[in-house]
Amino acid sequence: MRKTIGVLALQGAFIEHEKMLQRLGCETRELRNAADLQAPIDGLILPGGESTVQGKLLRETGMFDTIRSWIVGGMPVLATCAGLILLAEELEGDETRYFATLPVRVKRNAYGRQLGSFVAEEAVRGIGRMEMHFIRAPYIEKAAPEVEILSRTGGHIVAVQYRHQIACAFHPEVTADTRLHARFLSLCEMYALSMQKAG
Amino acid sequence: MANKANTPEEQQALNRELAQMLKGGVIMDVTTPEQAKIAEAAGACAVMALERIPADIRAAGGVSRMSDPAMIRGIQKAVSIPVMAKCRIGHFAEAQVLQAIEIDYIDESEVLSPADDRYHIDKRQFRVPFVCGAKNLGEALRRIAEGAAMIRTKGEPGTGDVVQAVHHMRLIQSEIAALAAKREDELFEAAKELRVPVSLVRYVHDHHKLPVVNFAAGGVATPADASLMMQLGAEGVFVGSGIFKSDQPAKRARAIVEAVTNFDQPEIVARVSENLGEAMVGINAEEIQVLMAKRGE
Repeated sequence: MRKTIGVLALQGAFIEHEKMLQRLGCETRELRNAADLQAPIDGLILPGGESTVQGKLLRETGMFDTIRSWIVGGMPVLATCAGLILLAEELEGDETRYFATLPVRVKRNAYGRQLGSFVAEEAVRGIGRMEMHFIRAPYIEKAAPEVEILSRTGGHIVAVQYRHQIACAFHPEVTADTRLHARFLSLCEMYALSMQKAG
Repeated sequence: MANKANTPEEQQALNRELAQMLKGGVIMDVTTPEQAKIAEAAGACAVMALERIPADIRAAGGVSRMSDPAMIRGIQKAVSIPVMAKCRIGHFAEAQVLQAIEIDYIDESEVLSPADDRYHIDKRQFRVPFVCGAKNLGEALRRIAEGAAMIRTKGEPGTGDVVQAVHHMRLIQSEIAALAAKREDELFEAAKELRVPVSLVRYVHDHHKLPVVNFAAGGVATPADASLMMQLGAEGVFVGSGIFKSDQPAKRARAIVEAVTNFDQPEIVARVSENLGEAMVGINAEEIQVLMAKRGE
């Protein structure tokens, strides 16, 4: 069955994710306000953008609690850059917490300002080498032992998977490489099957 | 840190991609670290650090220049979102200074007094990204050919009158549509008329859009103004004088942020528009002496 993936569309590069998912044969739904959360979805994308803006709008639009309950309930999530910050249990030097469902500590703007943005090519566990665009990116300073580390660059953790949550500090959606999205969709496949059994 | 220096092609891609990350957001003019914090808390996706907002530049007259780097640094320290700053059209030395203090984006802006009445900055010589204003497709593509990684409409800054931003956005969109409808063999002549490389014309023809992100700017003062610009095809909005020249800046800033996200939901725009107090007084764009949009073609 054709899957419908919800893409958080409050601010940032959500259209890039939608295009990538459509290339992989999915339907996409933009999630902008509480009314968009009423129909069921098979998985969730948290795109890049500014985490302060997205975090604030999540609360003001009344979407925060519903989306968090989905993630806690096992819905697959793919989070990139700002999305990683939204998922993190802890932010370095910042008391703010968003969904806090991923047991990692994230450092914001870890490579400095735009002049610190860079392109790297590194291996991602289970995928192979990927071109990675880091744009005013964060990195993961510390991950709980149960978190699977998918990739490191320059000694820092930049991609992880924890059960049904995949998060990375870079932006696969601005490249042509759909493999990380395909891995996320295989989680969505399993989730859909488990929901059918439960239903 | 990065393992190696970025190639010029990688840097250009990263600079355009930073603008992609700003999409669906509001970039606010701020003059102090306190204002920058208010803007960030209200949901700005970036701030533009400048000494005087356009309405005051207009009122003060005289020559308007790049801001004091110390003032910009103060704002950089105050917030985690990207910080932009303006340099004068053609003033590549001001741009070098802004790059030296690691600004995230330079606005080569008609709001300041032009430093060169003929040449814009060769923005390909810089590693930091540039945003430039445009009134029409030719201007937009000429700035992109010079290296701009993001485009905004010029509008008429500091007026609180959205008419020029609307005019510029509609013109750019209709010129893109007209170009997309042309035959392949008509693109060479189009490039000549627009005074831009044919490769850029071909990109617009094939993709029905600019190769970089396009924001609205110049005269946006209310949530409905922001919604209007988004419905006309803007990918985000700059608000200059509109916020800190109004009665309740924090509330108005929050309202404009929500209106940009849900620009196509009139009920939401209505709700956030309630009880915002006085908007900036504004000046009719037809009654002003200095047309900033005419600066730098």
